[in-house]
Amino acid sequence: MEKNKQEYWRWTESNWRNPDINPGDVELFTVGIDVGSVSSQAVIAADGEVYAYGSMRTGSDSPTSAVNALNYAIEAAGIDRERVNYTVGTGYGRINVPFADRTLTEIACHARGANYIYGDKVRTVLDVGGQDIKAIHCDENGKVITFMMNDKCAAGTGRGMEILADLLGVPIDEVGDRSFAFEGDEPAPVSSVCVIYAKTEATGLLRKGWSTEQVLAAYCRAMAERIYSLVKRIGMEKEFAVTGGMSKNSGVMDRVMKLAGIERITTQWDTQIAGAIGAAIFGHSLCKNKKRKKRRRR
Amino acid sequence: MITAGIDCGAKSTRAVLIKDGVIAGRGLVLTGFDQVKAVQESLEKALRDFQIIEDQIDRIGGTGSGKDSIINADIHVNDIKAMSKAAAFFFPNARTVIDVGAEEGRVAKVDKNGNPVDFAVNGKCAAGAGSFIEAMARALEISLEDMGKLSLKSNKSIPMNSQCVVFAESEVVGLIHAKTEKNDICKAIHDSMANRIASMIRRIGIEEDVSMIGGVSYNPGFLDSLKRELHLDKILIPEMPEYGAAVGAALVAGLDGH
Amino acid sequence: MLANYGYKDATGDYFITIDTDQCDGCGDCVEACPVQVFVIEDEDPNDPLRDIPVAVVADDKKNKLKYECDSCKSSGDQVSLPCIEICNVKAISHSW
Repeated sequence: MEKNKQEYWRWTESNWRNPDINPGDVELFTVGIDVGSVSSQAVIAADGEVYAYGSMRTGSDSPTSAVNALNYAIEAAGIDRERVNYTVGTGYGRINVPFADRTLTEIACHARGANYIYGDKVRTVLDVGGQDIKAIHCDENGKVITFMMNDKCAAGTGRGMEILADLLGVPIDEVGDRSFAFEGDEPAPVSSVCVIYAKTEATGLLRKGWSTEQVLAAYCRAMAERIYSLVKRIGMEKEFAVTGGMSKNSGVMDRVMKLAGIERITTQWDTQIAGAIGAAIFGHSLCKNKKRKKRRRR
Repeated sequence: MITAGIDCGAKSTRAVLIKDGVIAGRGLVLTGFDQVKAVQESLEKALRDFQIIEDQIDRIGGTGSGKDSIINADIHVNDIKAMSKAAAFFFPNARTVIDVGAEEGRVAKVDKNGNPVDFAVNGKCAAGAGSFIEAMARALEISLEDMGKLSLKSNKSIPMNSQCVVFAESEVVGLIHAKTEKNDICKAIHDSMANRIASMIRRIGIEEDVSMIGGVSYNPGFLDSLKRELHLDKILIPEMPEYGAAVGAALVAGLDGH
Repeated sequence: MLANYGYKDATGDYFITIDTDQCDGCGDCVEACPVQVFVIEDEDPNDPLRDIPVAVVADDKKNKLKYECDSCKSSGDQVSLPCIEICNVKAISHSW
């Protein structure tokens, strides 16, 4: 199967179609739409297999973002929108998918999506986004066994990283490399968990003469400890997959892996669409169930 | 006898001088990054206020998150003990005392002698302290003083969903963009903060009279929300409540000297 | 499924865990809780293929459990919690 080749495509909008599927042969088309705080994805599944997707930035208006992402996927798919049998909405903005037949949490969809893109050996999925941290333990069918989600506190999230990057004037995509570019031993982690107090602490470290790189290292280490303490709650069983924006920040993720003593598995798929994939696949099961129930009722 | 109390906090450092049970001098400076310097400067301000010299002080009590930087202290006084003693000093009938500072919210139940019977602390998370209201005032681009006043003009209850300063800032910006009245946003912020402080009080059990010290006591909007949340008619506030913990430290230093 | 609702912040861990394999959606916890922490959902949004009702922690409560549950967790003597007591299938637990 062909995958998107652009390495940093998630920062540009893109859509894609699976050339191996002939839409004429498809019985059920189902759609999964994941409206996140930063980006929105729509995946079209053909009889439970990923057929096409569209990924766009979320605009200021969530319902419009959901429609735009779907139209973008439809455009790539080259099918009539009328052929979509069932739509599932998920993500932070899931209530803003007005045309969805059902809304599901990111938890259910991420687990199912990870099972699809990483394969059935995946047991732990860690997703660190801009505003939340999710850790999911799932079985070989992508069914959730345990989950934990933290969207109360900004510590450890992408937003928490942005605040420090802003303070230090370091572009977010340089944070990873620069957090390892210091002389001598790895500095002790910033001791405050709270982002507000950690920011004050970091300012104090700079005043004490620490380099930007040392402060980055101390902060990334604190973020890693925070994330690790959350994922530990549900257990870290192999295979271990990491999704979400933070998965690209080696400064934090390499330190999480070191703490956990575990490697993460990789995929050619863009992990950004995992939630929408899960939603589309669930749409397939739910649609079939619905048809069965209708038949029974008759 | 003259005793001094110094409260070295995250944001400001305060010193008071007490002579024979009466507050005789006060001094406040911003703590900044040099706590030792702030401690000395606040004490010098208080000495100038009372027009005495340091040698005339019999004993010094130190409290606050930076109490280790109060190198001239004869005794380090725990925050809860300081606030409890202060409450009894200002209001002998106070049985519950609240202290909301920049980086920590605390509540204590006290007996008639000003000894703490039970207490609860919310530190380490900025959502439970004065920092929360300050950050929201910055997001609204208004002064703390205006926040209190505007809040009193609102009679709407808009729930704030965020329990984190970082997320609440975005929520407030969202409310501004949605053209929500500033009055109503201010009240929502105070209600949200009052809800967290009230829950700490409920945990230790509320008993009247209720008194409050710390800088947040100046905020009438917050006090209004807190009274509503706790179904209270009055919360007793001393004059210059930001010196509360320093007063407590000075009192404990005095007791200890006998 | 062990559904962990709640959070961890700088002050500690505040999670309510609902074992959805045990929960039959009877709704006793909804009645027992004095501050409406629990809600019964006919369809579990975390488990799309489940077809019986389930208890979940309300969206507007999950991020302030520390405060909401305070009324049942007064300091001093550790009282038994009404939600845990009432549950026939022992599906509910608290992390703090």
